[in-house]
Amino acid sequence: MTTRVIKVDALARVEGEGSLLVRIKDGVIKDLEFGIFEPPRFFEAFLVGRDYSEVPDITARICGICPIAYEMGSIQAMEDIFGITVPKPIRDLRRLIYCGEWIESHGLHVYLLHAPDFLGLPDALELAKSDKALVEKALRLKKIGNDILEVVGGRAVHPINLKVGGFFSTPRKAKIKALAEDLKWAVETSLATVKLVGGFDFPVLEQDYHFVALRHPDEYAIHEGRVVSNRGLDIPVSQFLDHFDEEHVRHSNALHGIIKDGSGPYKVGPLARYALNYDKLSPLAKQAAKEAGLGPVVRNPFQSIVVRAIELVQACEDALRIVESYEEPDAASVPFEVKAGRGFGATEAPRGLCFHTYEVAADGAVQFARIIPPTAQNQKVIESDLALVVAANLKLEDEALKWRCEQAIRNYDPCISCATHFLDLKVIRE
Amino acid sequence: MAGVKKPKLAVWKFSSCDGCQLSLLDCELELLAVSEAVEIAYFLEASRKVVKGPYDISLVEGSITTPHDVKAIRDIRKMSKTLVTIGACATSGGIQALRNFTDVKGFIDRVYAHPEYIETLNTSVGIADHVPVDFELRGCPINKQQLLEVLNAFLNGRKPNVPKHSECIECKIRGTSCVSVAKGEACLGPVVQAGCGGLCPAHQRGCFGCFGPMESPNTESMAALLAKQGLDQRDIRRSFRSYNANAPAFRKESEAHDDESH
Repeated sequence: MTTRVIKVDALARVEGEGSLLVRIKDGVIKDLEFGIFEPPRFFEAFLVGRDYSEVPDITARICGICPIAYEMGSIQAMEDIFGITVPKPIRDLRRLIYCGEWIESHGLHVYLLHAPDFLGLPDALELAKSDKALVEKALRLKKIGNDILEVVGGRAVHPINLKVGGFFSTPRKAKIKALAEDLKWAVETSLATVKLVGGFDFPVLEQDYHFVALRHPDEYAIHEGRVVSNRGLDIPVSQFLDHFDEEHVRHSNALHGIIKDGSGPYKVGPLARYALNYDKLSPLAKQAAKEAGLGPVVRNPFQSIVVRAIELVQACEDALRIVESYEEPDAASVPFEVKAGRGFGATEAPRGLCFHTYEVAADGAVQFARIIPPTAQNQKVIESDLALVVAANLKLEDEALKWRCEQAIRNYDPCISCATHFLDLKVIRE
Repeated sequence: MAGVKKPKLAVWKFSSCDGCQLSLLDCELELLAVSEAVEIAYFLEASRKVVKGPYDISLVEGSITTPHDVKAIRDIRKMSKTLVTIGACATSGGIQALRNFTDVKGFIDRVYAHPEYIETLNTSVGIADHVPVDFELRGCPINKQQLLEVLNAFLNGRKPNVPKHSECIECKIRGTSCVSVAKGEACLGPVVQAGCGGLCPAHQRGCFGCFGPMESPNTESMAALLAKQGLDQRDIRRSFRSYNANAPAFRKESEAHDDESH
């Protein structure tokens, strides 16, 4: 009888603090826990009593890597309550800044966080020693995403220019147009990225995932849509909680997302978006996918790096299109009246679907808040992937097995800081 | 530079959003130069490679919120020649310090599905509440140019050039007309430390205090102006009680506007 314990106390190249524990006895997995020990920050508790107008800036602080997802989700929910519909120019600017977040976040993950695993390196700085030009290119791509965030949002981390009803001020035409040349380069570089990462060796792992993502009739859904799945779900965001819930487990400071029909884990993020919205990808993005050997559905999570690269192509193209047609809107925001009510919002954070709902009193004070971030929803599917990875790689030495498990977790680009602030939701639901 | 021993840099994280350490990776044009000047010895967000301490410079993000944190920060202090806090969480407890103003005791027992799984302190506080800190870099998030300046300064044995004056000076430098005077917008600029470059007023909104209180802020007079501009007690309390709520000057002013019902 032999017992092997694979333990990663602090996962690297993820956002936040996570750990992994696998206990194998006589070749059989006895325990497998993907833990999140990032301390809870109680966002949903302290949002209660704040003014609705403060919420987007506060929720931004949930995550430094994807603040737009948290700003936009709460803004949408408030606009749902107040009955606000923003005109096309404001909608375009929102999509533009969200594309910026995707470019920054995917650029960071593909090159700096995930690629080193496929190259057998500890980090991208090590890669820079052998291929400095490639890392410089990656950093420039990431910077172009941040440039969009700065021009539209004021700054890259926790942008300050977004609000309920629109923006505080609209960017000048010249500043937006100045992004075009860089974005043309970014489209080309993203295509080259698909080619590069498409050529990596991918460990074999496939599951018949239950994919869940937003879908929009006119575009590759990023900042709005209906919630759909590959098993027939198709609901407005307002019905999300009728179908999804979260549970509290001992080994994690983040709640685990569950689907109420008892069908087991579900998966949000790039693979889900790609499978459910393949027909909405641009011709160029589709072509790149085809050349990288991908069909319309990808079930190997290690290939998520290729799908992220394809989404980079899409985001860069979308951003370029908005930049090229940009005219300064007449007004930066639309007027509205505050009223009491409950509202819902959901967007596709780079890591997957991010759900928000709030209740606001007639004086604008928040009465209730609940946020379900993508990494919380993916925790169960991460554990099920890990079980397969461990079972298939028992022959590997501990160190190699440990690294392979880390890589499998990084497939999800887990944002542990985001996932962990939500324990208090029991507070509010009683 | 073979043979030359590079200073060792470590980046640590406590309760936070990761945004301040991300600012180091956001130094896209300077990152490779930084990595040539120092040995990045511990930076989990960027690398799985871990080089043992002691470290020449430790950058610390996040606030102290668990018993585990309390022990960890002491160990980090022992291993670090210079310890710099980065951002509002590490400097004043961050947005999660809003818990400091409520009765967390009992609250946790009452609300969690499984309170026994949770280990947390009643308060969220900055690093300096637990160990001596060599420099505190403000901001929610920090300004990456200031981060580079701080690194540069400590690597070269000089004092960082980080201004302590108010946000108002930045608007003057930028040439932004005053949103408070011209438009009657509530703006915390007069009591907030500079650092963002006067971002919000340049975007037609008042400053909401990402960089925390400036040196000797006159918060009482600030509150009086806000009241004159139409903010009620609750609004004023909320204004001071946000991203730097636990910074002493802001804490004191927000508590002066607490009401019975709260």
